[in-house]
Amino acid sequence: MGAQLRAVRQRIRAVQSTAKITRAQELIASSRIVKAQQRVQAAAPYAREITRAVEAVFSRSSQVHHPLTSEHENPARAAVLILTSDRGFCGGYNASVLREAQGLRALLEERGLEAVPFVSGRKGIGWHRFRGREMAGEWSGFSDTPVHANASEITSVLIDAFGKPAAEGGVDEIYIVYTELVSMLTQRPVIRRLLPLQIEETTEEPPSGPVPVYEFEPSPEAVLDALLPWYVESRIFHALLDSAAAEIAARRKAMKSATDNANDLLDALTREANKARQAEITQEISEIVGGANALAETIAGSK
Amino acid sequence: MTLHVALVVPEGEIWAGDAQRVIAKTLDGDIGVLTGHTPVLGILAEGSVVRILPDAGEAAGGQGAGGEVLVAIGGGFLSVADDQVSVLARQAQLGADVDRAGAQASLDSALEAAGPGEETADVRYFRALLRAAGDRA
Repeated sequence: MGAQLRAVRQRIRAVQSTAKITRAQELIASSRIVKAQQRVQAAAPYAREITRAVEAVFSRSSQVHHPLTSEHENPARAAVLILTSDRGFCGGYNASVLREAQGLRALLEERGLEAVPFVSGRKGIGWHRFRGREMAGEWSGFSDTPVHANASEITSVLIDAFGKPAAEGGVDEIYIVYTELVSMLTQRPVIRRLLPLQIEETTEEPPSGPVPVYEFEPSPEAVLDALLPWYVESRIFHALLDSAAAEIAARRKAMKSATDNANDLLDALTREANKARQAEITQEISEIVGGANALAETIAGSK
Repeated sequence: MTLHVALVVPEGEIWAGDAQRVIAKTLDGDIGVLTGHTPVLGILAEGSVVRILPDAGEAAGGQGAGGEVLVAIGGGFLSVADDQVSVLARQAQLGADVDRAGAQASLDSALEAAGPGEETADVRYFRALLRAAGDRA
């Protein structure tokens, strides 16, 4: 066998095994995406109820003041919570969310605010470490299957930081950068402000009908005190779940195109191998024919 | 007339159905909800047990004595409006689903971590789990 043919066949084998791996990854992601979406949907009732409850308290008395809803004067530091994945193999998922976070950082700096990163997911942590950027908080190990306890942990750290003055390592605003699952094929990085909460006053009636006139136990203030941290927690939990679903969808997409590319490459390589084999055969035939002719001529000459 | 009850935790709904009566413990004390109750939004006491008396014919798991559904709650709130009762909890478990030995073990380790004389949220929640499971010890 010729050297060229051997080299091509070796490459074919290598590409074949790569295709097998990416195909397996694609299938795994396809089976997980359904579960991830179900988790997002299962979490919806809780988020809806808690939002309604918060609305109910504010609709009773719009003069309610709470530390979590009031803007800090002269903000100096802003926390940016970035949700990335723990594992790679998911195309541009992490790159785009980190790019979005960079954009937010630039915006904050324009306003004279120092951006303090809080990062979840090994990929984001690695990205910050590599650039020597200090992180105020880091979490990892749950990016594809977050549970509520993860959200509680992150929330307590962030709310703690929000309660402290900037000089003591506190922050004045909190943003979250995560990826939204728009559809199976599209994931979009988004920025949301978590704290301070903005209260929007509308005269419109909520779609669920007018808010009932609740009695609050023990008091509206106490209810709000308990509710607001839970509300923030539920927002973070929702972001974690959405990011997890987006991560898996991104992985499925990336692995599908990797498999497709590998198959295209295989086709091209197979053709090249066939050509090389054919060339070898042609050469051998012409050698034989040439040899036979030469032999015939020699025999004819010697007669 | 019946109450429509939904018991929701962040991960999803753990119980939903019609009920005759719901008894819960808010920070102010016990509250019993029957149909036609005035709208209430109350914060539930941490580590309390919510008792739901389901409608007759309502097949539901987690029933304790007298056909009641007992649920251990670790922090949450209750909202009542138009005979809709929503119990939202950050952590909750149906009494019937409680693994008694596991809960006892968690309680013991939580008690140890809390130190003498102290009662942390974990301790209260694990106690509630045992109460919901029917162990009054």
